Amino acid sequence: MFGYIVRRVLQAIPVFFGTTLLIYFMVFAMPGDPIVALFGDKGVNPAVAEQLRAQYHLDQPFIVQYLIYIGGVFRGDFGTSFSGQPVGNILAQTFPVTIRLAILALLFEMVFGIGVGLISGLRKGKLFDSSALVISLIFISLPIFVIAFVAQFFIAIKLGWARATVSGAAEWTELILPAAVLATVSIAYIIRLTRSSVIETSGQDFVRTAYSKGLTKARVVRVHILRNSLIPVVTFLAVDFGVLLVGATVTEGIFNVPGVGRTLYQAIVRGEGPTVVSFVTVMVLIYLVVNLITDLLYAALDPRIRYGK
Amino acid sequence: MRKMKIGAALVAVAAVAALTLTGCAGGGGNDNIISVNGSEPQNPLVTTNTNEVGGGLILDSIYAGLVYYDAKGAPVNDMAESITSSDNINWTIKIKSGWKFTNGEDVTAQSYVDAWQYGALLDNAQLNSYYFDIIEGFSYDKSTPLTGLTVVSPTEFTVKLAAPQSDFPLRLGYSGFYPLPKAFFDDPKAFGENPIGNGPYMLAENGAWKHNVDIKLVKNPGYTGARKPLNGGLDIVFYATLEAAYADLQADNLDVLAGIPDSALKTFKADLGDRAVEQGAAIFQSFTIPERLAHFSGEEGDLRRQAISMSINRPELIAAIFNGTRQPAKDFTSPVIAGWSDKLPGSEVLDFNATKAKELWAKADAISPWSGKFQIAYNSDGGHQGWVDAITNQIKNTLGIDASGAPYATFKELRTAVTDKTIATAFRTGWQADYPALANFLEPLYQTGAGANDGQYSNADVDALFLKGNSAKSLDEANKYFQQAQEILLKELPAIPMWYGITDGGYGTKVSNVAFGWNSVPILYNVVKK
Repeated sequence: MFGYIVRRVLQAIPVFFGTTLLIYFMVFAMPGDPIVALFGDKGVNPAVAEQLRAQYHLDQPFIVQYLIYIGGVFRGDFGTSFSGQPVGNILAQTFPVTIRLAILALLFEMVFGIGVGLISGLRKGKLFDSSALVISLIFISLPIFVIAFVAQFFIAIKLGWARATVSGAAEWTELILPAAVLATVSIAYIIRLTRSSVIETSGQDFVRTAYSKGLTKARVVRVHILRNSLIPVVTFLAVDFGVLLVGATVTEGIFNVPGVGRTLYQAIVRGEGPTVVSFVTVMVLIYLVVNLITDLLYAALDPRIRYGK
Repeated sequence: MRKMKIGAALVAVAAVAALTLTGCAGGGGNDNIISVNGSEPQNPLVTTNTNEVGGGLILDSIYAGLVYYDAKGAPVNDMAESITSSDNINWTIKIKSGWKFTNGEDVTAQSYVDAWQYGALLDNAQLNSYYFDIIEGFSYDKSTPLTGLTVVSPTEFTVKLAAPQSDFPLRLGYSGFYPLPKAFFDDPKAFGENPIGNGPYMLAENGAWKHNVDIKLVKNPGYTGARKPLNGGLDIVFYATLEAAYADLQADNLDVLAGIPDSALKTFKADLGDRAVEQGAAIFQSFTIPERLAHFSGEEGDLRRQAISMSINRPELIAAIFNGTRQPAKDFTSPVIAGWSDKLPGSEVLDFNATKAKELWAKADAISPWSGKFQIAYNSDGGHQGWVDAITNQIKNTLGIDASGAPYATFKELRTAVTDKTIATAFRTGWQADYPALANFLEPLYQTGAGANDGQYSNADVDALFLKGNSAKSLDEANKYFQQAQEILLKELPAIPMWYGITDGGYGTKVSNVAFGWNSVPILYNVVKK
């Protein structure tokens, strides 16, 4: 087990270099000159532009720019944004907010998705099941910004149950509404995934055996059906956690959450190489860790899966 | 008991995450603080390096310059006692004594001269260095000090300009001309995070600028100028989108909103009632057809530009695309600027006239027959597609030529193609005034070799009229020359005027006395909390 984890961590090293190089190249290859854009509609002063290019190493060839950046990263320096802020600080400010948002969304997904899916699966064809299927279909087909605007307008502005936008502190309670919006589509998927998985497991021989051994229904459902149905759901949740971290741009914009999506979007538009690459790198690292945890969870869920010797 | 382990693992992951992520305390509710929407400054908060609205709103609140602009854009002395000149070249500036920066340092003539010298020096790579190009000693090639600045006494300094400028005092309210304390020169980097000013407000504390979140300002008790705040402070909240800010205004979490999102343009007057604001703005929108494009040079080019201009029905377009929230252009400046006129001779070229347009186009075809496609480039990250498509459609329908929009993904991409002159189509252009003068809408854009002259327009008569205007004895006299220059521009159309921007915004139920200035920025020091 320990050897397995070490191997996985070592595998992450080439992935780290590969992604940073690739992302840095993509930012470098983006058309347009970020320094010209700094001047807005006003005239560009060539001497000043030259100085700024040198300051951000934009006058160097690509590989030199990349090596300067990577060298800085190993000294704990992620570069600076055009507003003169160390990128390390921006990371430290935005990631906790987005991770908080993602965890809340994930909790919603686990509680409602798995809960409703389980009941649906156990009562296949009944009224609860059919309504769950219809409602989840509606959520899957609605674009997230529609859900977000509707929730913001009715829940926050009309009813006043929540803040319309998130304050700078972005505390847990303020993030409940955006997290719920963010979770809706995934909840719908998880309901369907859990439901079909539960139906499949319920028909297995070991479930019948468990019943015939005289176990209570509650215990059969908990220990034999649910646990064996969870593997696809856990895989989905793990991938979704990554998606929540990266893809919350729309929701973060509507609720003004000072998180990763919004900052990354602005950095891309402005062509701030170090900011974009640092954000993406941290995202990649999070993905790798989450993937590792998922793989370890498989072993915990299903005793037939074993890692390493 | 494997089941326990799974549960435990999940709980542990969640708990560890929760522990590491909490601990961010919320700020206490402060009364008499006005909240207003802003955007994260794109540069450090340094007066000579801030050229966009996000940072400008903050700097205008924490600094006092020689003059400030009243709601109508007229200059009013703030720190200046007098600004005088007999020849529009040599200016004597006397400042009031007893003013202090919020760190206790005196604001003297030296504070101004040092700040301007710093801003002008090319080695310092300040985005606003071009403000100072009118002062003697400025160079775009070499890092040379401004020889035209001389400190006479702590309350007096003189400025020698490179050429006469009748509107020089009018420029001085612009943020680049604010003074800077000694603390700035010791450590410009740290200063840009925690600027020290002399204005109506100051930063609430060190680190009051919370990046991407907000900046909190409080009343500066030492400020004795005319912009005395009627409130206790400002909370300038950075919004990612105007939609989010508008939602907060509706929920009464935001007191003052500058700008209305496109999605609410139809409804905001009904939503806000008498708390909705709509007035003129110093914003000019156009598109430019550079001389170097085939068929657009010489007399043929003039005819074609006129034909294109007359084939666009501006009022109809504004009603259809902008819900009436623009004003059709009548010249190259803006109605909020003193000296503006909608009756310039030749301005009928901006009115829709299909027959005349076809006639002019046919005349141009007689010189050299039209071939190819007419395109207008725009950046698709700025909401321009709608009107560009509509304009090119009207041109297509009136003149019967192939016309369309040419999208660039980002502003940065478009501006790069425009400034390095590689762009092979017409392109959208716009100008927001730095200071309220006709000259500011004209000289930077149409003078030979000027910084923002994207179409490389050059006309000796126009340049001569600009010079005459700058040497004029009074602003009224100067404006006469600038209007004459515009009459030439209306014939040659170096840019095709489309419309003037509109200031729209609104305010919440908890505040009153909200008004917007000539530059579309709310006059925050006058806002009162109920």
